[in-house]
Amino acid sequence: MVLQSVKSCLWMSCILRTPKACFWSTASGGLIIQSVSNDVYQNLAVEDWIHDHMDLEKQQVLFLWRNSPAVVIGRHQNPWQECNLRLLRQKNIKLARRRSGGGTVYHDLGNINLTFFTTRKKYERMENLKLVVKALKALRPLLDVHVTDRYDILLDRKYKISGTAAKLGRTSAYHHCTLLCNADKCVLSSVLKSPFKGLKSNATPSVPALVKNLFEEDPSLTSEMLLDAIAKEYAVQHQIDHHITLINPADETLLPGISDKTKELQTWEWVYGKTPKFSISTCLNMVYKDSVLDVKVNMDVKHGRIEVCNIDLPEQWLPPGLYSELVKSLTGSKFCPNETTTLVTTLLRLCPQDDELHSRWSLLCENMIRLM
Amino acid sequence: MFNVNLPWRILRLCPVARHLGEEVDPYLVTITLPAEPQPRACCSGRRARDFITRVWEWPGFSRCPSRYCGPGKPHAVHRRTPCTATQGCGPHGNPLAVPPVGVCGPRGPRPLLVGCGGAAAAGWLCRGCVRGRSARGKMAAVTALRSSCRAAGRLVCIHRVRSCSSIRFIKSKYVCVFDKSALKFSHQQRLFRTSAVSCGQIVQFKLSDIGEGITEVTVKEWYIKEGDSVSQFDSICEVQSDKASVTITSRYDGIIRKLHYSIDDIAYVGKPLVDIEIDASKGLASEEDVVETPPMSHEEHTHQEIKGHKTLATPAVRRLAMENNIKLSEVVGTGKDNRILKEDILNYLAKQTGAILPPSPKAEIVPPQRRAEAVPAAPKDKARKIPVPVSRPIAFAGKDKTEPVTGFQKAMVKTMSAALKIPHFGYSDEIDLTQLVQLREELKPLAEMRGVKLSFMPFFIKAASLGLLQYPILNASLDENCQNVTYKASHNIGVAMDTEQGLIVPNVKNVQVCSVFDIAVELNRLQSLGSAGQLGTSDLTGGTFTLSNIGTIGGTYAKPVILPPEVAIGALGKIQVLPRFNSKGEVFKAQIMNVSWSADHRIIDGATMARFSNLWKSYLENPASMLLDLK
Repeated sequence: MVLQSVKSCLWMSCILRTPKACFWSTASGGLIIQSVSNDVYQNLAVEDWIHDHMDLEKQQVLFLWRNSPAVVIGRHQNPWQECNLRLLRQKNIKLARRRSGGGTVYHDLGNINLTFFTTRKKYERMENLKLVVKALKALRPLLDVHVTDRYDILLDRKYKISGTAAKLGRTSAYHHCTLLCNADKCVLSSVLKSPFKGLKSNATPSVPALVKNLFEEDPSLTSEMLLDAIAKEYAVQHQIDHHITLINPADETLLPGISDKTKELQTWEWVYGKTPKFSISTCLNMVYKDSVLDVKVNMDVKHGRIEVCNIDLPEQWLPPGLYSELVKSLTGSKFCPNETTTLVTTLLRLCPQDDELHSRWSLLCENMIRLM
Repeated sequence: MFNVNLPWRILRLCPVARHLGEEVDPYLVTITLPAEPQPRACCSGRRARDFITRVWEWPGFSRCPSRYCGPGKPHAVHRRTPCTATQGCGPHGNPLAVPPVGVCGPRGPRPLLVGCGGAAAAGWLCRGCVRGRSARGKMAAVTALRSSCRAAGRLVCIHRVRSCSSIRFIKSKYVCVFDKSALKFSHQQRLFRTSAVSCGQIVQFKLSDIGEGITEVTVKEWYIKEGDSVSQFDSICEVQSDKASVTITSRYDGIIRKLHYSIDDIAYVGKPLVDIEIDASKGLASEEDVVETPPMSHEEHTHQEIKGHKTLATPAVRRLAMENNIKLSEVVGTGKDNRILKEDILNYLAKQTGAILPPSPKAEIVPPQRRAEAVPAAPKDKARKIPVPVSRPIAFAGKDKTEPVTGFQKAMVKTMSAALKIPHFGYSDEIDLTQLVQLREELKPLAEMRGVKLSFMPFFIKAASLGLLQYPILNASLDENCQNVTYKASHNIGVAMDTEQGLIVPNVKNVQVCSVFDIAVELNRLQSLGSAGQLGTSDLTGGTFTLSNIGTIGGTYAKPVILPPEVAIGALGKIQVLPRFNSKGEVFKAQIMNVSWSADHRIIDGATMARFSNLWKSYLENPASMLLDLK
């Protein structure tokens, strides 16, 4: 264990401290690292760290990682549009926003992620995916997998087993893709279906596709086998040792500044606040005292905060002062159930203690919060 | 040797001539030019032609400033070839074809000057060599010149004059600097000026190639806006193309003058993305502006090693470091991507010398390696040699930050503003929890077996409920006009909770019918929901009494604020081990906790509060007595 960590330190130190005349000939060409953590935020932070800090001229890097259940949306996507947030909260599934573009994916331990780090000039997505296909075919020659024009890997020409996204910076670039080995398809399909109607946005939409696990095709395949096969193929192509270095994303001495990156990825401002501007136009059906009320709600949300809020209530259903207070509080606050709950309950404290008023208010607020 | 005699009225317009003619008869000027100027291979390196009047070959002349020449390439004035420029003289200095009639003017080929455009300094203008708007101005100038020196006849090219061979050029003794600043025409000055370079040069930063044959991308986010200043390598915008997200960084230092696209527009590779105004004095920063620091030794700081060989710093910062003999690899960069900023260099200097020194070439600067040992000696040396200002305040770069009040803070503002209307009074006391601590230690494993974490709060809450049964006024609510008091039947005791976002107060409903274990279960549920940010409206509304356990963080006595529409609140301090006297007069170790109550003095008086507090205290000091009153 100690030897392993010392070894990994040595490997990382050779990346970080490599002088121009690099004498670590075994390290030249490529490096394969695997994360020991299953926290999606930590793993995404490692990707950012390598992209920002590592010199990829001398060697390219392959980063292998797996996450506990999480939904990862693309850089310019709208989480309300892409997934069922209420279900996510109920099932305690994390939501993360990555820095690369592309669509929404569901990660769990049956899904492996591969990130290919290269310099900007050597950025080649097709080559990377062909490497993965080659590795799969080497492992199971009868597997019918091929790469499409949209940089997906299809199984049996029909089922998508891998999706791709990329990020290009000034000098370095990375291309990451998933590989479905044995993920929970039921949770995947339920979580990636948004109940939201009436949402207008210019955010990048996801293209839904039929998915299938490699496990279903060949039950003898496991995630570890796939990781190993891909690492072997990478090692062959880059003429390096087939040796996977394990790294701990929480290690601040190895990756200075990583905890800040991890924290940034978890903030509300990043996950929800980076959503492009969108507008909601929906109708709440509220059942109140044996009658159904149709209440039209129109909201404009920018940077995750409500800019404009219009609620079309029947006349005198709520005292006008209270209604205007509600609208005023909502404007400028986060489009977030927690914050809205706090605000509306505070407003309730300040209004007259009337049971009917309270029940109407609670009904309206519950329905509003259900939107978020 | 050639001599040219020109009337002063013409030649006074030419600074060259003015210089030359100073010592001569003002009405008769003789300009001498070298007889056989060495033809030189300029103008795109062709074979030297037999040029005559290459004014810039005169001693002291610089290259033809005409912008039509192309950078650094003066163009020739041909002896025999008339000026043929329709649009200037071509980028390589070669004159273009003879302009058709109409462009030359009705009187034939147009006169040529030395170059065009900026070569108006010579006082002659080729009409065809000007473009656009400036053409009109120069046309006007030509006309003015013409009209003013009708006696000189037609304005002709010098070479035309030459070829007439009736003009003699005397060798110039004067060193004339052929400079734009020498254009000192009175009213035509502004017309003869070349490109309008006011303070900086505006450069169009084009969208560079993304790779993989991609020609168009969508602009997703701008990190800057018009008027912002950017440094090299700062991120400008984020674009997306086919699942790839690209961060575009600036190549120049300067100020953003124009954004060519808005969000969600399609941007094309090779087309301008932003216009950046670069400071002319600084010049264009080179594309690969990285300093290759020497190979790292193992003693270097880790964060410098990370970047390999590149240390990011703008040219101004590099100059400052160079002047002060500082190795960039030694400086800690605090800017974006560990970029070294000017403040970092100044801080480094300050650390080394103990004061901020202005970068002075005369200063004896101790090399960085030896500075550690020489630190005590160095300041004294410097004090002697350089006049160091004694107390110079270190520049503080912090700025005030204003943010709108939203969310949890807004909720707190509203609640506490309303609470101001309630006249508070406080009552504090001290409670001996020795027996309770012991009881809890016994019950904790039992609760854990049932999967529940047992803290002190369930006991406090239950004791409070038992006290409220005796003093129901504390569980009441006063209406807005203070006309009616409503005695609430349910004891919904709120527990103040500190979450990441701020203060929330969920309440445990109907404590009067709950056991201590039930309360513990409910508290656990509320705590887990609260930390996840998933509390519902029902959890947060309907409270009648509140307890705030600020002692988990610290403190003894507090002054809590009542949350309307309630009328009382209690704040619990931390449990301390203090020496106390028992009934026999012996000192023993007691677990002491302080409690501070606040109540609405409009309906609650001090006596009621004191009695309630005593009852609550007695339940906690002797937990077995709670058994008697438990329902």
